[in-house]
Amino acid sequence: MDFKLTPEQTSFRDEVRSWLKKNLPKDWSDRMRIGSDVPRPEVYDFLRTWQRKMYEAGFVGVTWPKEYGGRGLTFMEEMILHEEIAITKAPPVLNILAIGMAGPTIIAYGTEEQKRRYPPKMLSCEEIWCQGYSEPNSGSDLASLQTRAEKVGDQYVVNGQKVWTSLAHQSDWMMLLARTDPKAEKHKGITYFLLDMHSPGVTVKPLKQITGDAEFNEVYFDNVKVPEVNILGGLNNGWAVGMTTLMYERLALGFGLQVRLRIALDGLVDLARRSRKGGAPATKDPTTRQKLAQLWIDTEVFKYTGARAITKLLKGELPGPEASAGKMMWVEGHQRLQELAMELQGPYAQLGRGSTWAVDGGVWQHSFLRSRANSIEGGTTEIQKNIIGERVLGLPKG
Amino acid sequence: MNFGFNDEQELLRSTARKFFDNECPSTTVRALMEDSSGMTPELWKKLAEQGWLGLIAPEEHGGMALGIVDLVVLLEEMGRAVVPGPFFSTVLLGGLALLEAGSDAQKKTWLPKLCSGEARATLAWMEPSAEMGAAGITLQAAAKGPGFTLSGTKLFVHDAHTADVIVVAARTASGQNPEEGISLFLVPTGTPGLTVTLLPTMDQTRKLCEVTLTNVSLAGEAIMGAPGAGWKPLARVIDRATVGLCAEMCGGAQKVLDMTVEYAKIRQAFGRPIGSYQGVKHRAADMLVDVENSKSITYYAAWAMDEGVPEGPLAVSMAKAYVSDAYRRVSGAGIQLHGGIGFTWEHDLHLYFKRAKGSEFTFGDATWHRERVAQLVNL
Repeated sequence: MDFKLTPEQTSFRDEVRSWLKKNLPKDWSDRMRIGSDVPRPEVYDFLRTWQRKMYEAGFVGVTWPKEYGGRGLTFMEEMILHEEIAITKAPPVLNILAIGMAGPTIIAYGTEEQKRRYPPKMLSCEEIWCQGYSEPNSGSDLASLQTRAEKVGDQYVVNGQKVWTSLAHQSDWMMLLARTDPKAEKHKGITYFLLDMHSPGVTVKPLKQITGDAEFNEVYFDNVKVPEVNILGGLNNGWAVGMTTLMYERLALGFGLQVRLRIALDGLVDLARRSRKGGAPATKDPTTRQKLAQLWIDTEVFKYTGARAITKLLKGELPGPEASAGKMMWVEGHQRLQELAMELQGPYAQLGRGSTWAVDGGVWQHSFLRSRANSIEGGTTEIQKNIIGERVLGLPKG
Repeated sequence: MNFGFNDEQELLRSTARKFFDNECPSTTVRALMEDSSGMTPELWKKLAEQGWLGLIAPEEHGGMALGIVDLVVLLEEMGRAVVPGPFFSTVLLGGLALLEAGSDAQKKTWLPKLCSGEARATLAWMEPSAEMGAAGITLQAAAKGPGFTLSGTKLFVHDAHTADVIVVAARTASGQNPEEGISLFLVPTGTPGLTVTLLPTMDQTRKLCEVTLTNVSLAGEAIMGAPGAGWKPLARVIDRATVGLCAEMCGGAQKVLDMTVEYAKIRQAFGRPIGSYQGVKHRAADMLVDVENSKSITYYAAWAMDEGVPEGPLAVSMAKAYVSDAYRRVSGAGIQLHGGIGFTWEHDLHLYFKRAKGSEFTFGDATWHRERVAQLVNL
């Protein structure tokens, strides 16, 4: 057991640190001083440029093989990178679904042509990706999905609908799961496609969320043609490929979530210092101190549980179901954090963006509302608990 | 960076697992609960033969010179078996205090005996005020010629009734700063004026005592280190012992989870195993998260102790705060998911449930450690 960095890891950290110090947009870190959240639509253009810069400096996709645009480093460097991002409150990577999910899955299952074609443009943010999994009638029970892809000549024709599709309105490509064999058992007739979002017949309708923003979308497919070469991992093999994506999702999310929790916690502590309780800063109130300390502890615990998972990974074990535990834990902690941010504001918690009385311009109200999605997106907490119960603990299926 | 155990540590774990399975099954634990000493001479001898009584003592004193991380591995296994007896008090309290504060002569006299199992030691620091901080130490040690006279009462002293020597924290001077003026003394248990009373405990695997000192006369060489400078080493002992306790708690919590999962797979209700119901499955998943997180933060704290990094005390408090809550939740859930059988004396779950509760309030509970975290991160 050793938490010290090796000389190589130290020099990587220094490289990241000095680059971020030089290149971090000042106004962004000021904004991030208060709270953290998924990027809002008005900053997408800024984030595209930022990711490009990060990529050119060699800090996106560090674990990807060099021949596909990465740096061929380990998850340890990835972890170091994310820690530096958290410390400096650097902007997040916009093309996160490509970097965290689509890219690793293509690298794992793709043909050589696919591997050369897609990953580099993901890294540079030239092409943004979204994930076409959930449907109106298929959420947690994903394998029941109904979007069809029928073979006509050397193409597939897609019809159906996806929903809760983050970034679809910005996306160039989609990881699409569609049913190619309606007669097969539900897990066995699904194929994973790489779908060009600019194809005729694709309609994206933004969905307004409880925050008032439209961060995700409904996507309709009306006779959308996809070439056969855009199948990833073989016909009717989509379930296995799709699950790999989810495994990487939870892993990638693990890094990102840790950063977001750290940034949000720093913002919360800052808010608590500025808030008053009983005539003194809220940080001096014993009850508030207990709650802040618990969040501090949980954030650190989350980091070390993640570090244990990475150690296993570096020993050659695949990312496993323990990532579900991390996701679940983050959700609980982050929602509790956002609730505490409301509590610190007291009656002011009722005021939102647009009021001069609103605390920090109402950003906390937005992140508080947004946090309700955390226990639903990326697999609900209930599904994560099933995964842990069944795949880690070996309890029987219901 | 590496967050795993090495091959030697994995070997220690599997050796210890087998050892306690054979030497300290729950029938033995129950017999030792009823026995006031909480240990048999045979088991104590075997622990010494394994080298475990001297695991962290220097080689020159008959120890194995390993670190807290290694000790954590062993203690997890001991917690898994709810091993009773004075291991904890001898190795982590009295023994560590000797290591931290003892003079060369004191170490030379006592450590080889502690390592060989010939003698047992403990630490008397908390008083009836149950105050965790330095201000809680009020037992008076008055200078008398070259020696000292000690009077006062210590409470919650682990295994004092079977110890050969007790490290007593006393006040040799009072001033503005409560951390100054504390001195540690080595007091053999036969010393006139020293009375030890065994207290009935909810967790019968843990023996706690009241230690009363009435004009106990000590020679000058009984003091450990410089007079008045005892708080620093004492705080270091308590921090290390706290990490050790967290490791025991992790091992116990893991065992409760294992028992519960095993039971949920076989116990049938409404025609299927209860573990197939989400009401049970989800609670078991919560238990797993508690157990895994407890281990992560405990291992980190152990590493921080061995390395002596500045954030060591913070790591200790984060661990004790987290693990105190987690073990309580896990052991409670274990009883709940077992239903009525889990509430019986016959079932082993209550051993863990009671150990969890006792450990929760040993070396500071979660609330106390959260406040310490708040202070250490400058809230």
